[in-house]
Amino acid sequence: MAISTNASSATTVASSSSSLSSLNTLRRPCKFHQCPLFPSSIRPVSSISCTLTKASALPMEVKESPNSTISQRPDSFGRFGKFGGKYVPETLMFALTELESAFRLLANDEAFQKELDGILKDYVGRESPLYFAERLTEHYKRPNGEGPLIYLKREDLNHTGAHKINNAVGQALLAKRLGKKRIIAETGAGQHGVATATVCARFGLDCIIYMGAQDMERQSLNVFRMRLLGAEVRAVHSGTATLKDATSEAIRDWVTNVESTHYILGSVAGPHPYPMMVREFHAVIGKETRKQAIEKWGGKPDVLVACVGGGSNAMGLFHEFVDDADVRLIGVEAAGHGVDSGKHAATLTKGEVGVLHGAMSYLLQDDDGQIIEPHSISAGLDYPGVGPEHSFLKDLGRAEYYSVTDNEALEAFKRVSRLEGIIPALETSHALAYLEQLCPTLPNGTKVVLNFSGRGDKDVQTAIRWKLLSVEEKAM
Amino acid sequence: MANVVKASNFFQSTTFPNHVHIPSLTKKPIVSFKSLNPMASLSVSPAVGISETFTKLREQGKVALIPYITAGDPDLSTTAEALKVLDSCGSDIIELGVPYSDPLADGPVIQAASTRALAKGTNLESIISMLKEVIPQISCPVSLFTYYNVILKRGIGNFMAILNDAGVHGLVVPDVPLEETEALREEAAKNNIEIVLLTTPTTPTERMKPIVEAAEGFVYLVSSVGVTGARTSINLRVRSLLKDIKEVTSKPVAVGFGVSKPEHVQQIAGWGADGVIVGSAMVKLLGEANSPQEGLKELEIFTKSLKSALP
Repeated sequence: MAISTNASSATTVASSSSSLSSLNTLRRPCKFHQCPLFPSSIRPVSSISCTLTKASALPMEVKESPNSTISQRPDSFGRFGKFGGKYVPETLMFALTELESAFRLLANDEAFQKELDGILKDYVGRESPLYFAERLTEHYKRPNGEGPLIYLKREDLNHTGAHKINNAVGQALLAKRLGKKRIIAETGAGQHGVATATVCARFGLDCIIYMGAQDMERQSLNVFRMRLLGAEVRAVHSGTATLKDATSEAIRDWVTNVESTHYILGSVAGPHPYPMMVREFHAVIGKETRKQAIEKWGGKPDVLVACVGGGSNAMGLFHEFVDDADVRLIGVEAAGHGVDSGKHAATLTKGEVGVLHGAMSYLLQDDDGQIIEPHSISAGLDYPGVGPEHSFLKDLGRAEYYSVTDNEALEAFKRVSRLEGIIPALETSHALAYLEQLCPTLPNGTKVVLNFSGRGDKDVQTAIRWKLLSVEEKAM
Repeated sequence: MANVVKASNFFQSTTFPNHVHIPSLTKKPIVSFKSLNPMASLSVSPAVGISETFTKLREQGKVALIPYITAGDPDLSTTAEALKVLDSCGSDIIELGVPYSDPLADGPVIQAASTRALAKGTNLESIISMLKEVIPQISCPVSLFTYYNVILKRGIGNFMAILNDAGVHGLVVPDVPLEETEALREEAAKNNIEIVLLTTPTTPTERMKPIVEAAEGFVYLVSSVGVTGARTSINLRVRSLLKDIKEVTSKPVAVGFGVSKPEHVQQIAGWGADGVIVGSAMVKLLGEANSPQEGLKELEIFTKSLKSALP
């Protein structure tokens, strides 16, 4: 028994950093699981991986234990507990099935893995460093000199400046294998749009980006970048002309052109298989983190922190550690003007369960089930839904979710720029802002890994606007 | 080792929650509509169900005309009048859209109508009050068309009871695929609501069969790959799709999405459909008219032109 458990764990080890094969790794129900008996610190030692390469190519053939389905996420219909699923027009059902089959096939295809790994290394610039934030750590030291140690997983150093490219590259390769030459995507702040336009340029695919007309005004720089990269940016005027409407419009385009088109959805949201697939393409973040943690301190992180809009960067970091019960998972949402202001995007904190864009999850909705427009200073967190797996982890009590306001995020934006010489994205600034509340509660030496999901160049204009306001206020 | 013990304890204390909390069913008690019930006694001719309507039409060798309009556009009193106009011009079943903020299966015309209707404050409660007055005055059955979140928010059972209480006979939910319809059908059956299911040109035959088997009232054949909205011509694949469906079922089949002209309905009827659904073209007439009166007049002319094109 011990051996078989070890072997299935080793399957994960064996896969290269970006491998998707862990998809099929058995997830045992934690009540009975033996994982704690095999310290996961031994799992990712890369030196043993070469000896197990054969095994890693065959995870599909691993016999499922009777218990595996209980905690396998998601189940065969894409459900994480009651969350997830496929709530889409019938026209898309076949395409979703086709996409899932292709993904599962490619997850075990060595040539595909090799191509993906090569692009992630040489084009995206992986692996991204796990950086010890010395001055930020100093900042959170208590008067007696004790405090947590803060590490930043530098996804901002990826090509295009955020984690989004991991998924865009993976899905573009997938589209190529599906023989689909037309790519569509939705974007809010423009980061996913830029990442998608980038990979479409790289792979010679037609690219159409749907973006709310209001967001296009707010993010004109990114609109230019997308067009420069050869993408067509289509303004969406329907509804409230923001990310949720851009997403609806992208889904409608897909309903209409499903036979020729692949939809590169940008978060762990949407109908199955997207939440699973996008998670797997970002899982490289957590896998690298595990390996780097062993190299740096010979153990695991104690606490993981990431911002959550749809939740892709958080899921990418968390996924590798969900079964490590001694690793705390913390997601930070956007509280906008405050969670009780009615102007926020704190879906897990304040939302109710419903169905949006193909999945059951927590949502911001009114008494009639109409979707409420969220608010956040960060366009990337400004979404009324959240990935279904986050809803699942929340209800399960496995992950914790908190929220910080626009102002707290802006303070962190400035603080981290000055303490570390790294300008964070406003999305990332939310995770950084939560350190203010978290760090004083942590025992000395606690190792915190925060997903530094994106760089903040794109947000400088927004910051100027807000800072100007505060200067005026000071002058008064 | 200390960590290990702590870890397992942590998990034991946080097992899967047993209580699934679907939004409360009791926010808007159905009792609140009961005051309008005396209206039922004024009923001209109590409408029959959807399946029954098709049975009757089939006996007469007729093809059902099924118009769709969005409730609350331009306003609910116009919708009430429009229902009566549609009924008096020979509609056999009326599909009424309950507006939703993010209608994934709808094209620009119905999206815009939904947005306008919601901006006017239209909600399920006001639609149901209106229907309780109007349904007793019309002879054809009414089926609602809405998205899943609107239903979930009320609770599936409660939603069906509200529909039944208002005299609604059918329901179309375009974002709930076959696999998720069980709960809907179960609650609908308790309330005499027929759940219409959709099949499309991208639906493989082996999938179409169970859809057709589970469909109630009629099988909704989506004419083309895409969202709702007028198209210049009808996809020729509809003919073979109709044939495929007819091979596996004797249930009535109605064709919708993109059907907007008398020529279209004539063509579809000629291919053996049992019904035609015309939506965006109707919605456009009502939504873009200079006045509600003008819109209703145009709706009347248009409905009559469609009716006369059908056997």
